[in-house]
Amino acid sequence: MFATITMTRRLAVSALIGLGVAFAASAGSAEETRKSIAAPDGHPLDEIISGYEFRSAATKAVQDDDFQNPAFLWVEKGEENWEEVDGTAGKSCASCHGDASETMAKAGAQYPKWDAKDQNPINLEQRINKCRTKAMGAEAWAWESDELLSMTSFVRHQSRGEPVAVKIDGKMKPVFDYGKKLYYQRNGQLDMSCANCHEDNYGTRIRSDMLSQGQSNGFPTYRLKWQKVGSLHRRFKGCMKQVRATPYKVGSNEFVALELYVNYRGSGLPVETPAVRQ
Amino acid sequence: MAKSRPRVKVPKKAAKGDIVTIKTLISHKMESGQRKDKKGNVIPRRIINKFDCTLNGKPVFSCDIEPAISANPYVEFSAKVEEAGDFVFTWTDDDGSKYTKKSSIKVS
Repeated sequence: MFATITMTRRLAVSALIGLGVAFAASAGSAEETRKSIAAPDGHPLDEIISGYEFRSAATKAVQDDDFQNPAFLWVEKGEENWEEVDGTAGKSCASCHGDASETMAKAGAQYPKWDAKDQNPINLEQRINKCRTKAMGAEAWAWESDELLSMTSFVRHQSRGEPVAVKIDGKMKPVFDYGKKLYYQRNGQLDMSCANCHEDNYGTRIRSDMLSQGQSNGFPTYRLKWQKVGSLHRRFKGCMKQVRATPYKVGSNEFVALELYVNYRGSGLPVETPAVRQ
Repeated sequence: MAKSRPRVKVPKKAAKGDIVTIKTLISHKMESGQRKDKKGNVIPRRIINKFDCTLNGKPVFSCDIEPAISANPYVEFSAKVEEAGDFVFTWTDDDGSKYTKKSSIKVS
């Protein structure tokens, strides 16, 4: 029984590799990297594939055209807010960070990071809210609010094409280990871990849906199901509900650790923000 | 996105008689009227029910939109350009408000 399952998965993987090669011939280099990149040593996967590759031609087409991609409504709103003065300090994002296309060119590929001041790991949303509360004297934006989603999308969009590269050593090592533990921890009534779908069964169908590797390089992403842009933590919550577990809270230490580990699993994939998914 | 933000993409110039592709997108919730809130009350319908485009006041394209259309509707169509002028795009909301956007085209 076990042998059969392994066999099926191998077949599915090799079919995908075949597919990747067939497409690569007619595509540019940025497109090739998201199709399949070799995983680094010690990585649980043989090859790293962006979620884009698992979607239908129609969904891909929406992402490919920046005008048609509705997530750009959020990116544009973020761009406007970048210049907007808010809070008691009379500052905007631009007051400190200037031109986002330069100052944020790599930021989106590197979070979550260790915050030396507060001695804890933070992701991009938390970084933005820290800037607001500490540097600007403004109120923190609520998680999943249009304002926070817009700013996160805008900032991470500046790193589009940049390979995902998170730091997992030093102070981030325990966070990484915790994230890894959560990834393989079985949860909920269905008793499933992230790995059961996204490592053991990617490329196969779960009812009518194609399982991806669960990569995070396109977040915040426009999900057709949500009919709006959503954060990675919202997606995590959805996955946990699907296995009938009680989800952790958005912005919790658990999800930040998991985000770090999931980003590591996508090391080298180009940031696609804002992506479009089913 | 709470406030509706229209976007349009029209070529800046075209040769007389050219067929140009026009792309439009507007942010809108497109609440179908078939969903219920947590208390079980029906959320009232609120959609964009009509979209139209004119060039110098003459109709180019229009359509009625129904509740099955998803949020942030995207409409793409072609138009034959015989004269320079302004394309005016209008989205009509169920609550009566209209969102408009103007885009000029030059003809050589």
